[in-house]
Amino acid sequence: MDKLREILDSDLDAVAIGAAILGTGGGGNPYIGMLRCRQELRKGRKINIIPIDELPDDALVVSLGGIGAPVVGIEKIEQGEECLRAMRALEADLDCKIDALISSEIGGSNAMEPMLTAAQAGLPVVDGDGMGRAFPEMQMCTWSIYGHVSAPSAMADEKGNIVIIKSIRNEVWVETLARANVVAMGAAAGIAMAPMRGSYVKKFAVQSTVTQALSLGTAVLDAQRKNNDPIAAVLAHEGGQLLMTGKIVDLERHLKGGFAVGHINVAGFGDFEDDAGRIDIQNEFLVFRRNGKVEVCVPDLIVVLDVDTGLPITTEVLRYGQRIAVLALPCDDLLRTPEALAVVGPAAFGYLDITFTPMPKNETEYDG
Amino acid sequence: MYRIGIDVGGTNTDAVIMQGDKILIGVKSPTTADVMSGVVESLKKVLLETGIDNADITAVMIGTTHFTNAVVERRSLSNTAAVRLCLPAAQCLPPMVDWPEDIKEAVGGHYWMADGGNEFDGREISPLNEDQLHKIANEIGTLGIDSVALCSVFSPVNDEMEKAAAEIMRKRLPNASFTLSSEIGRLGILERENAAIMNASLRKLSAHTVGAIGEALKSINLNCPYYITQNDGTLMSAKFVQEYPVLTFASGPTNSMRGASFLTGEKNAIVIDVGGTSTDVGALVNGFPRPASTSVDVGGVRTNFRMPDVYSIALGGGSIVQGDDPIAVGPRSVGFRIHEQGLLFGGDTLTATDVAVGLGIANIGDPEPAKKLGQDKLLTIKALIDEMIVNASERMRVSADEIPILAVGGGSILIPDRVGGLTVIKPEHFSVANAVGAAIGQISGEVDRIFSLASITREEALETARKEATGKAIAAGARPESIELLDQEDVPLAYLPGNATRIRLKVVGDLDG
Repeated sequence: MDKLREILDSDLDAVAIGAAILGTGGGGNPYIGMLRCRQELRKGRKINIIPIDELPDDALVVSLGGIGAPVVGIEKIEQGEECLRAMRALEADLDCKIDALISSEIGGSNAMEPMLTAAQAGLPVVDGDGMGRAFPEMQMCTWSIYGHVSAPSAMADEKGNIVIIKSIRNEVWVETLARANVVAMGAAAGIAMAPMRGSYVKKFAVQSTVTQALSLGTAVLDAQRKNNDPIAAVLAHEGGQLLMTGKIVDLERHLKGGFAVGHINVAGFGDFEDDAGRIDIQNEFLVFRRNGKVEVCVPDLIVVLDVDTGLPITTEVLRYGQRIAVLALPCDDLLRTPEALAVVGPAAFGYLDITFTPMPKNETEYDG
Repeated sequence: MYRIGIDVGGTNTDAVIMQGDKILIGVKSPTTADVMSGVVESLKKVLLETGIDNADITAVMIGTTHFTNAVVERRSLSNTAAVRLCLPAAQCLPPMVDWPEDIKEAVGGHYWMADGGNEFDGREISPLNEDQLHKIANEIGTLGIDSVALCSVFSPVNDEMEKAAAEIMRKRLPNASFTLSSEIGRLGILERENAAIMNASLRKLSAHTVGAIGEALKSINLNCPYYITQNDGTLMSAKFVQEYPVLTFASGPTNSMRGASFLTGEKNAIVIDVGGTSTDVGALVNGFPRPASTSVDVGGVRTNFRMPDVYSIALGGGSIVQGDDPIAVGPRSVGFRIHEQGLLFGGDTLTATDVAVGLGIANIGDPEPAKKLGQDKLLTIKALIDEMIVNASERMRVSADEIPILAVGGGSILIPDRVGGLTVIKPEHFSVANAVGAAIGQISGEVDRIFSLASITREEALETARKEATGKAIAAGARPESIELLDQEDVPLAYLPGNATRIRLKVVGDLDG
């Protein structure tokens, strides 16, 4: 397969679907980001993608994205250049020139933010990200896990206010300070994190995830167009595992400390008629149990799709009676090391009794 | 005293006369292109057949898809000015950014963005700019546009900017009508703004339609009040529907669900309404349609105002059965031409109704042509139809509770006696359930204002609001003992002094008489 070089208007629907699939139920809705990218492209701007292995070792790469509350994001839409201003503030502060941008989180709405800024600044987006999925907090990025210090980082709102987080005690503090600051900014802002060198990104980014989002979404849309089974298309593409097809027979969801927490129970049908499934939720789908036994857990990806359309179902639109397919996709090896599991493993989400057992990977299926 | 309920559907115009809880007559006549002559015909028919004196009719309730169809078909929409109060935020996605081109053109595609809007916590994004609004109003006037949709960021929490902007612009545009997004939709600016723009673009049609209905009724000597049904099962006066035509969207499914509930006495159920071309499946919760939780697409435009949650499939009495392996039922349908084209009426098209008739499930027309296909093939097709119905109803089930399924609509003979383990009830008058739903439309009373919780508790504030709303409903003609709470929402406004909360509350009651 040719390497991905550019995202076109005709790719955006697929990228949004693929990003939502990788969001494993969370990560925010990419719909508004998709519309915004479309607007940029219609102005004649371009979203260029740079394959990670072509990134010069000394290139300066900035990870950026939107930060705020999802409900604010659908009401107070951004002015449009928040991330660009944040990036320019970093350049001014460090007296440097940024060479490329990268998404901190490919799953959900932040897949799109670097593409927007890239189109505006004429910079390329690196084909990769810091999670390969969605997680609720910034220190859960691979680069933070493996030692990058995210200071200085810059935040910009729609009014022209800019805040630079100059120095931090550890990576958790970026999240803490940025969260406090974004409330003052009206709960929506763009954040650009301290630049990384190309050599570091090559080592510690999850690779080819923009390609992955695009081709996942394309697989679903193609299957829909040809009346093929979209679930089979996703599996054929990802080398993942179909855990279950079934109907949601119980759903419990509430807010706890700003996170949507709960679970769904799934009664199997088709080949899974005798199975009772359960998925635990903390913003994202975290743990899948079959008949009481844990089968897949975070950081591997648990994906819930509409069984008929193959479209991803996010945690806020889960409903009793939905007919779903539950899939497991393997997470990147960077998330499976002891250092990573300390930050993004089951224990980090309060599951002290669950040990992460990596699901098998099918390396031949996916040519990143 | 008598009430008339009318439902104007795409294929049929149904009418019923009710006396109290009794249905005296129900008739179906074809919907006409001009709508009104079909309505007049069906009114004449029910009055003639019952011999009831026109003077004894106390009210006429009309459910219509007229406004939805105008949007879907992109006709009779007025040029509209969309004005968003948001700057400097939200400028990257201008109004109507995600509309299909043809409907954007149909409403003119004119928009302005201006200073204003609020933060989530009530602070101003920027103050309202009077000069700017005067300038915009002048431009709107120059373009000859007289319908304006105003949408301010976070207006569902604080609508003052929208109100103030309308006041300012009205001075320059004295003849324009203003639609405020806060009166229609919820949080989610694009969807709320879309609904407001659609509403604004429909106001001229609405004024015209309401006038035409009034004249049509007068022309046959019906001088009683008339109402249009809205999508929560309540009635709108002529004046109200002129201001909020979008609230009629999806009132058809609402009427059929409420009608089904009334005809069976069931308050919690799945309702399957099988028409000629499509089947709508909805859920009743405590006698009212369950509202949709996500955005609802109307004519290709995303909206988020209160709509019943309806799942539609392309299966109806007239659905064409084609192919051998695999067999397909629908999506094409002979629709109302089943009387010419269906095998059972001597035509040459195998329809879903033929299958039911051939199997002896229904007793209409001639079963013989369908029987020639052989029992096995008919059973295979029926199994496919059953599966479509089961899957659709499973989607709408809200819990594992054993609730009944209510089958209504002209094509409901297709529905088996049990669906997915649930019992099916087919009430009398099932084919005119939607007109019954219109006839039992309720009077509402609404309160939407900010209460200070400094000296009273939240419960006391809700109680006050409820009393106020009840008073309004009674004043509008509701029977006091029938009044119940339909909808209640309180949004704490933490930023205002005195612990303020915005309470929106709606009560409903049966029309007296």
